This record gives sequence, C-alpha cells and structure tokens, in this order.
Amino acid sequence: MDGQTSTVTPDGRTIGGVVMEMRNITLRFGGVIAIKDISFDVRHGEIRAIIGPNGAGKSSMLNVISGFYNPQEGEVWYKGEKRKPMKPYQVARQGIARTFQNIALFDGMTVLDNIMTGRLNHMKASILDQAIWWGRAEREEVANRQKAEEVIDFLEIQSIRKTPVGRLPYGLKKRVELARALVAEPEILLLDEPMAGMNVEEKEDMCRFILDVNDEFGTTIVLIEHDMGVVMDISDRVVVMDYGKKIGDGVPDEVRNNPDVIDAYLGVAHD
Amino acid sequence: MANTAQPHGGLVSIPALLSRNAAQFGSKAAYREKEFGIWQSWTWSETAEEIEAIALGLLALGIEPGDHVAIIGRNRPALYWSMVAAQKAGGIPVPIYQDSVAEEMAYVLDHCGAKIVIAGDQEQVDKVLEVQDRLPEIRHIIYQDARGLRKYDHSHLHSLADVQAEGRAAHDRLMSELNRRESAIGYDDTCVMLYTSGTTGRPKGVVLSNRNIIETSKASAEFDRLVSSDEVLAYLPMAWVGDFIFSMGQAYWTGFCVNCPERPETMYENLHEIGPTYFFAPPRYFEERITALLIRMEDAGRLKKWLFDTFMELARRVGPRLLDGKPVGLMDRIKYAIGQVFIYGPVRSRAGMSNVRVAYTAGEAIGPEIFDFWRSLGINLKQLYGQTEASVFITQQPDNEVRADTVGVPSPGVELRIDDSGEVYYRSPGVFVEYYKNPESTASTKDAEGWVATGDAGFIEEGTGHLRIIDRAKDVGKMASGALFAPKYVENKLKFYPNILEAVVFGNGRDYCAAFINIDLTAVGNWAERNNIAYGSYQELASHPQVLAMIQGHVEEVNRSLAADEMLSGCQVHRFLVLHKQLDADDGELTRTQKVRRRIIEQKFGDLVTALYDGSTEKYTETEVTYEDGRKGSIKATVQIRDAAVVEVRTPTLEAAE
Repeated sequence: MDGQTSTVTPDGRTIGGVVMEMRNITLRFGGVIAIKDISFDVRHGEIRAIIGPNGAGKSSMLNVISGFYNPQEGEVWYKGEKRKPMKPYQVARQGIARTFQNIALFDGMTVLDNIMTGRLNHMKASILDQAIWWGRAEREEVANRQKAEEVIDFLEIQSIRKTPVGRLPYGLKKRVELARALVAEPEILLLDEPMAGMNVEEKEDMCRFILDVNDEFGTTIVLIEHDMGVVMDISDRVVVMDYGKKIGDGVPDEVRNNPDVIDAYLGVAHD
Repeated sequence: MANTAQPHGGLVSIPALLSRNAAQFGSKAAYREKEFGIWQSWTWSETAEEIEAIALGLLALGIEPGDHVAIIGRNRPALYWSMVAAQKAGGIPVPIYQDSVAEEMAYVLDHCGAKIVIAGDQEQVDKVLEVQDRLPEIRHIIYQDARGLRKYDHSHLHSLADVQAEGRAAHDRLMSELNRRESAIGYDDTCVMLYTSGTTGRPKGVVLSNRNIIETSKASAEFDRLVSSDEVLAYLPMAWVGDFIFSMGQAYWTGFCVNCPERPETMYENLHEIGPTYFFAPPRYFEERITALLIRMEDAGRLKKWLFDTFMELARRVGPRLLDGKPVGLMDRIKYAIGQVFIYGPVRSRAGMSNVRVAYTAGEAIGPEIFDFWRSLGINLKQLYGQTEASVFITQQPDNEVRADTVGVPSPGVELRIDDSGEVYYRSPGVFVEYYKNPESTASTKDAEGWVATGDAGFIEEGTGHLRIIDRAKDVGKMASGALFAPKYVENKLKFYPNILEAVVFGNGRDYCAAFINIDLTAVGNWAERNNIAYGSYQELASHPQVLAMIQGHVEEVNRSLAADEMLSGCQVHRFLVLHKQLDADDGELTRTQKVRRRIIEQKFGDLVTALYDGSTEKYTETEVTYEDGRKGSIKATVQIRDAAVVEVRTPTLEAAE
C-alpha cells in the first residue's frame, strides 16, 4: 500500500497520504464480537464511507475512531504515530470531531450557544479570566464568535441563530450538529448517519454541505450512512462491513460490483 | 448624444451622483449589509472607491461602451456597486430576476446580448453555465461568493474580488480611460434595462434613460421630502423597477443609506434591527404581518388580549384622523398616547416600523381594513400606482390625502388622460425610451406624443383629483343602460370580506349585475363551529340559510358603498348565488395563479347565469368535477338564488331588480 503519494480526483480535489490507519481492530463486549480484525486507512482530504447492514458494527467502528471505545486488539495509527488508549476529549483535542446518530444538542440553548460549545477546545482563558471578563477571555470570545459566525454563514442558518434548538425541526437540528462539529476546526470529521430520517430535499442539502465542507476546508470526512445512493455519490472510497467483518473496501464502483457486498447488503445490483 | 437640457448641475448619470455623494456625504453610511451576525457598513467615499475598482476591473476585462452587463443575485451591496461600475465603464446594467430558471435567463441574456454576467453565487453561475453554449456573446462571468466554485474552470470565470484587485493594480493605466468613458455619459443615454416579468408572452426589455431615472427620482424624493438621513431596506428583487428607483435612483439622488438583509429568511429580523424610515411592500406583505400578529394575540393572556382589543378599537377610530391632522377630542388623544406606550409602539417596533416616515404599497388592491390597521398605528402608509414603463411613478398619494380606494394624484411631472373606453394614459419625464429590439411593441404602447397606455381602466375623481383604478381595461364593459361595468372592482370589494373567497360578477351588456360567490371554508367553517352549525361538506355549508343571510349582508353592504360612487353605482349586485363547489384550477375555472377565468365560468355554469337573470329563486344543476387523482365525477345541487337590496340612484337609467 502506497501511503504517501497524493492524487487528484476528477473533480479537482487533492487527496493526500494516509492520515489515519486502523490495524487489525477487534472490539468485544463480553462474549459478543462487535468488530473482528478490521484494517483500513483514511487518506487526507478524502470522503470515506463505512456502510453495512444493521448491526454490522459501523457505529462501533466510529466509536473506536473517536476514542469512545478502546479496542481489545489492534492499533489506531494517527498521523504516523500509534495512538495510545484515549478518552474522547483527548481525541477531540487531536482534531477529530463528530456528530451523533441521535442528535445530541442542548435543547434549551440557542443555536449560537450550541455551536459555541464546539469551541471549547480552543478556549484557554481560566475561570478567573472568564469571571472578570477581561483581556484574554474577551479576545477569545470574540475570536470564537467569529469562527461560529463563519460556520453559521457557511451552513446558511443565520435565520435561526437565536432560536432555541428544541424548537427546530429535525433536519435543521442535524445541520446545527454539523455546525458544532465544524467550529472545532477538525482535521477529521466523523459523521454518524448524517442523513438518517431526512426527506429528499434535506438529504440533498446535507450532501451539498458535506461536499462543500470537504472542498472548502479540506476536511477529511469519515461517514456512516444507510442511504446507498448518497454514499455512492459522495464518497471517494467505501468500507463495507457485515457482522463485524470487513467484506469490501474500494472506490464505490468496485464495492458495488463486489459479490460479497451484493449478497450481504445491496441485494440486487441496480444499473 | 444630443442633450436638450442639463437641469441639475451636471448630475446626468448615477456615476455623477455617486461622485457628488462621495464629496458631499463622504463619511456617511451609503450601504449596510449584515454579515457574520454584524451590520457592516460602507460610507459614500468607500463606496465610490469600491465601485471605481470594479469599473477599472471591467475595463481590464475589455468592456466596451454600450455593452450589456447582466447582474443576477439577491440584494447585496456589491451587486448594486456592480451596476454603477458597469455604467461608469460605459456599459448598461441589466438586472435579472434571481429566481428565474435557466431557460428564462437564457432568453434575457440572449435578447440583450450580455457580454459580461455578474452573479451572486454558485447557484446563479450554474444557471448561466448551463445555457452558455447557446450564448456565444458571453465573454466573462464574475461571481461574488466563491463558495463551491473553487474547482470550476476559471478561464472565463472570475471572482469579483479578483476583478477589483486587478482594477486597483491597473489604476494608473486605465484611470484616464475610465474618466473619459464616465464623462461621455449623456442625459439621454441608457441608464438601465429592466425586463418586464412577462405574464403574457416573452419578457420585454424596457430601456430607461438617465433622464427617466434621475427626473423621476428627483421628483418623487421631493414629493415625500426624502433626505440623506433616511434608511431603506433593499429586499425586493433587484430586477424590479421599484427596487431600482428606491435603492438606486432615490438613494443616489438624496444620498440615503441602503440596507441589505443577511439572507432573505432573516428579512423580518433585519427590518426590526434597521427600522427603516422609508419602506415599500406589496399588499400581501402587510396582510401577512397582521395575520401573524393576530394569531399570536389569540394565544396571549386575557389581560394582554383585552388591552390589545381595547386599544386597537380606539386606534381604528382616532389613529387615521390623528395621522391626517384632523381634530380629535382631548380624552381620545390622551388615551391614544397611553396606547402608544403599551400597544402601538411595541407592535410597530416588532414589525420594524418604529421609524417609518413614509411607507408605500402598490401592485394590487389592498383591503381597506388592512390599510386602516397600519394607518391606525400611526404609520404613514400610502398607495402609489406605477409601471416599469413609467420608471415607477404615475400617481401617488400625498400625506393627509390617503384612502384605500384611490391610488393618489398624478406624481409631479406626470400628465394623465382617460380615453373614451376608460383606459388610463400617462405622459411624464419618466416614460421609457423603448422596448429593446422590439419597435412594434414600443409603437403599440407609446404614441408619437409620448402618451403611454397603462392597460388599466380608471377615472379621476371629481373634487379630489385622485385617480381610481377600477379594472384591467379589457375586462371593463358597458351595461345595457350604458353605465360602466367593472367586474373586478366589485369582486375585490366582495373579496375583502374574510368570508368570501372568490366572486365572479356578471353584467356586461345586461340590465343589472349579478354574482357567483364562493365562501371561504376556513373562515365560514370557523364561524359555523362557534355558532353550533353542523355541516358535512362545502356544499352543505354553502347552502345553509344562515350562511346565505350572512353573505347577503355582505353583498348589500357592498351595494351601499357602490351607490356612493357615481361612476360605479350601476354595478350594484342585484342577485347572487353561493356556488355549490369551490372554483378550482384543476377544473379550469381558475388560472394556476388563482385568478378567475371569467369566460370559462360563464360557459360552464351557463344554466346558473341564466337563472340569475330569469328571476327564478332556485335552480337544479349538475357540474362535472375533476378529483385530485384525475378521475371525473359530478356534483348535483339545487342552488338558491337570492335578491339583494340595492340603493336607488338618480343617475343612469337603471331598472330595479324585478
């Protein structure tokens, strides 16, 4: 495997070398094996999808990447270094942000406040600074607000800036979650079923935002998705899982024609 | 160009006005736009610098005098600047509706032969690229918002910021050429070309000269005493003539500030933040805001609701009188002042109308109640009547002479004429030069003496001199007695009642007027619920005696108001029926934009029309309907026909019903 050369996709994006690598990951919950000896890599600047039927272990895989679970076997390599077992906040500090399958926002807070919480790792001022609101605390707040506003502009949610999240429809909540992940300025963005439960129009919007994020900020994106059409359209490479095992890995067309994948997940190939 | 007169001290173009403003109001805000949650502003001198950079950049791209520059996007300062920059460089700006689909855009771009397109964002660029194969004239596309466009082929695509940077870099080289071009602009050269929306046939390019725009802006700004400290919110389409006059012509003439909302969806909020002093909105807007307010009041606590109802009642009584400076009792004045603190002030503030000095509405008839609601809050809401071909203003209402049923007196410099058929003609300094590349249409609209046909029928009210528009000229007819028949005027009066959804008035060439009426199922259904009237369907509700009595009350009220009107007293509705089905576009009775198709209805319900005129009191009928899934069926009903009381009038020889 050549992990260093960079390639240019037909639509003009540059995909760099390997930024993250999973080596022989196995994750068990008691006697249940959620992930069994899986290896794959993520290249800088690509959109990498993980697909599979229900219970295939996709979310577990994402939780391994985000540090929520520590696998019993195998290694996670990040930027050429082997990662020690970590807590999620430590992973976040390394530049990995995520969204959740079941929206995890603060319902009573406004969209803006929710997004500002995503800047937590960029806040250095002490409690005392914050309390007297002077010097560094104020400067930081201004800088953080600016970043939040840039993301609000990017995701076109200006009109709900001051609306409490609890009052928003589902599709917009998903967008707010994406905004909160984006303000952290992550190098890798993990999206757990970003389009679950959305209507066609909301899905199209979300697709466009995912592509634009990747395009504008060069953010590497790892996403889990059920909607096959979406996955095949927007991702550069796809990992297919079934019963905790990897059964396919490659560009969407390869995966689509892989007989194991067709059996396990796609059912009948559509052309 | 031969200029006959240069009356305003060499201010012959918008670029010339810009230079004056930069010198005179240099440090005053000219534009504001909310971005990243903060209102950003540009002074007149900063604006002049930005515009100059764009103009130089356009020169660097090779713009030639007379080239058309299409501008497509939502209201943003940079796009307004682009229009002025195009003028400075000798070009002609052509703003295009941003919601037009690629095909419509292709027609306009092809028709004007645009060489350069300046687009707001990726969405607009995509539309232009989609049709570019057919438009070899387009040499450059410039965009403002780079998002999503980085990967595009940039051989003919430029970001506006780059164009400006190139312009600034080439300042020394191109400045003399820019000055030369700007000083060559004449008073009768084209200022802007605006395409009419084209409800019938292809859009037409209305050519407006600097004279048209500047004379109109000057006259209308003086009419309402607009000053440089005024504020407007630019939220209506840039391709619409009104926006060009309000946000360009008048803004540059008086030097007031143009505010652009953050996004179309944040318009209400931005309006509230800015609190403009000068405001325009279509009647629909004023109606929607009242509905939103009333719905919220329904949910308010009892005390608040009581306060609101009590003070609004007072406002309806004395508000408009106070606004017009008419005498009002001391007690009422005191009560109104209290209401100002508790009710009127907050309502105005929420609606972004706290500072409004002049507000206009136009475009269609506005319900008197809606009109009075805003005026009773102390908002100087007025009506105007205008067209693209007139550079907007034909008539407008002076302060203190405001009524819901007139459109005002001729604007300064406008002459009006009503021809024998009742059609309104006008002539003014704002009258357009021509339809671009369409001499036949120009000739059929504007005669050799400069009179322009509006296509609307109306009359000038004796005594006040106000123009009243009654209908589209082609719908106006004569009754058997020779009296004027204006169906839409009567229909609008009927439709102002919330219970009446639709009305169709007959009477052309007949002895008296009669009407079909559709009740509004929501409003009447709500009323029925409150009064314990059970009903199973529209048809059942429509034939309920109490409903008929209620509608009869409305019709008679309309008759009384028509009787007071000497021109239209003949249009009183003598007989009416409530239709057994709702008029529907699926059945071809309405257009897709919900306008009644008179002739089709007259044919389809021919038996009912006959019944309206043969004196019968009920009529059995069957009507074919199309269900939503496309199946056909028929509705059978016995429709009752009622006589409505009419008010006797002395003038034309009218026969009373029966």
